[in-house]
Amino acid sequence: MKRFVGFVRKEFYHIFRDRRSLFILFGMPIAQILLFGFAITNEINNVDIAILDQANDVTSKEIINKIASSKHFSIVDIIQQESSIESIFKKGKVKAVLQFENNFGRHLIKEKQATVQILTDATDPNMANTISNYITSILKNYQHELNNAVSIDYQIVPQSRMVYNAELKSVYMFVPGVMTVILMLVSAMMTSISITREKEQGTMEILLVSPLKPFQVIIGKVFPYIFLSVINAVVIVLLSIFIFNVPVKGSLFLLGFESILFIITSLALGILISTISATQQTAMMISLMGLMLPTILLSGFIFPISSMPLPLQVISNIIPAKWFIIIVKGIMLKGVDIVFLLKETLILFAMTLLFMGISVKKYKIRLE
Amino acid sequence: MKTQNVIEVENLSKLFGDFTAVNQISFHVKAGEIFGFLGANGAGKTTAMKMLIGISSPSSGKATVAGFDVYKQTESIKKNIGYMSQKFALYDDLTVKENITFFGGIYGLSKKQIDQKRCELVEELGLQEVTNSLVTSLPLGWKQKLAFSVSLLHEPKIVFLDEPTGGVDPITRRQFWELIYKAAHNGTTIFVTTHYMDEAEYCDRVSIMVNGKIEALDTPKKLKEQYKTDTMNDVFLKLARG
Repeated sequence: MKRFVGFVRKEFYHIFRDRRSLFILFGMPIAQILLFGFAITNEINNVDIAILDQANDVTSKEIINKIASSKHFSIVDIIQQESSIESIFKKGKVKAVLQFENNFGRHLIKEKQATVQILTDATDPNMANTISNYITSILKNYQHELNNAVSIDYQIVPQSRMVYNAELKSVYMFVPGVMTVILMLVSAMMTSISITREKEQGTMEILLVSPLKPFQVIIGKVFPYIFLSVINAVVIVLLSIFIFNVPVKGSLFLLGFESILFIITSLALGILISTISATQQTAMMISLMGLMLPTILLSGFIFPISSMPLPLQVISNIIPAKWFIIIVKGIMLKGVDIVFLLKETLILFAMTLLFMGISVKKYKIRLE
Repeated sequence: MKTQNVIEVENLSKLFGDFTAVNQISFHVKAGEIFGFLGANGAGKTTAMKMLIGISSPSSGKATVAGFDVYKQTESIKKNIGYMSQKFALYDDLTVKENITFFGGIYGLSKKQIDQKRCELVEELGLQEVTNSLVTSLPLGWKQKLAFSVSLLHEPKIVFLDEPTGGVDPITRRQFWELIYKAAHNGTTIFVTTHYMDEAEYCDRVSIMVNGKIEALDTPKKLKEQYKTDTMNDVFLKLARG
């Protein structure tokens, strides 16, 4: 035990004296979460939109004025015919077009129902969704005022339609994704680098000749990273709760448990990488190309797995991050408990055992 | 009573597939001896050494180190030997003091023992000024002496030195050998590989490995007589060229 404490202390010296790794450890999580957080914020300001007012009556004018006076939108173009919608979108001048039907005001009074079409550019699906929601709420407000002023029950029925991406499936929640990427980065990359550094410097040999058993060396090396990764996970969750108001609906305890499991999975991967790479540079390249890219691209973090081609969907199953993202989303956003996450938890567990098994085998071969 | 043998090797071999890296070598090393283990690069000396220090398992043959079997008692061997490789292998980003504390710690020394050892060591090497400096800031010669002293912290019976003086200037090498003599004088057995033939002259006995076999083993003096030359370098060249 005393040896272990000494070993871990030495490991912390390494980490805290290396500015670069310190930056990756603590700078990255905060920078990433803030970046992702503000980049995907739900607030929209001064979004350029165009109006196609086929009614050109009092009611439509009133609504247009309301939209123009809101800080969320600025009307940059008034178009005259439906055929220009396509071209205005293609030019990328506006994010949305608001189209009032002919005789909008008359329909509203006579038939108590009139139609506004909100066309949004869904190349940016989140943005499109948000714009549509904002406009809808302005319309609802107007409708409300109208109903208060006159006792007749007018109704405007907004019909929104997403162009270019009709499905809008990437309702992506950045917190689980960022958390996954950070834990993966810290755990797998940093440990594989720190173990290969010992190999490169020749100190690994000294450690192997010492009475320390190989597994003690490995545990001593990864332990500090478990600790640091847990701190990172806590920081990310706190930032997301207090800065971005992302809820944690499920149990924090369960979230902690699953995070530790994922951290250990990543550490096992890091150890595996270190057994197959001789230098720090190789370890870093393998971690970046072999772990980070799939983690970001194939885990469902940014691109929804359901819209990937089948082969990629199959491949995504072997990426630990995919399962952890499902778990985190489940706990944080849906508030589900362990019963619903049993499959994902077991998969992560099995992967951890597999990685460790392969590492032990590789390690022995190398010692031969 | 006869001097005790601390290393006994009999017909030890190591095969990698079809390639025989070490071919049935036999020798023994007496307690307190400085034993030079010579050979060209690729002659098999590092492989042989790795079997003796317990990080590589032999293919066949018998060997004991400090009385322990290299097949079954590697853990006991590790507790009784010190090891220093050609890379010196201290932690550059740790201070002198931290390195000593760490290596003392992994050999299970108590805090008191470590403190005492550290004071002795620092005084002996004249490192008072730099105990709290990072090892990376030290000159190569100091690092090397420090690494050697660190490998002796736990007072091992045998210390294995794998080309300890690679890349160092002759004066520093000379100083380093003074440390080796001192350790041997205190009863530590020294097992050293080198390819500097002038260093071979400093050893009590040397063995010369060629292509996995030990081709010669005796005191430098007798070897020179046997091969009728003045220097170990010539002995080595005659052997290596067949």
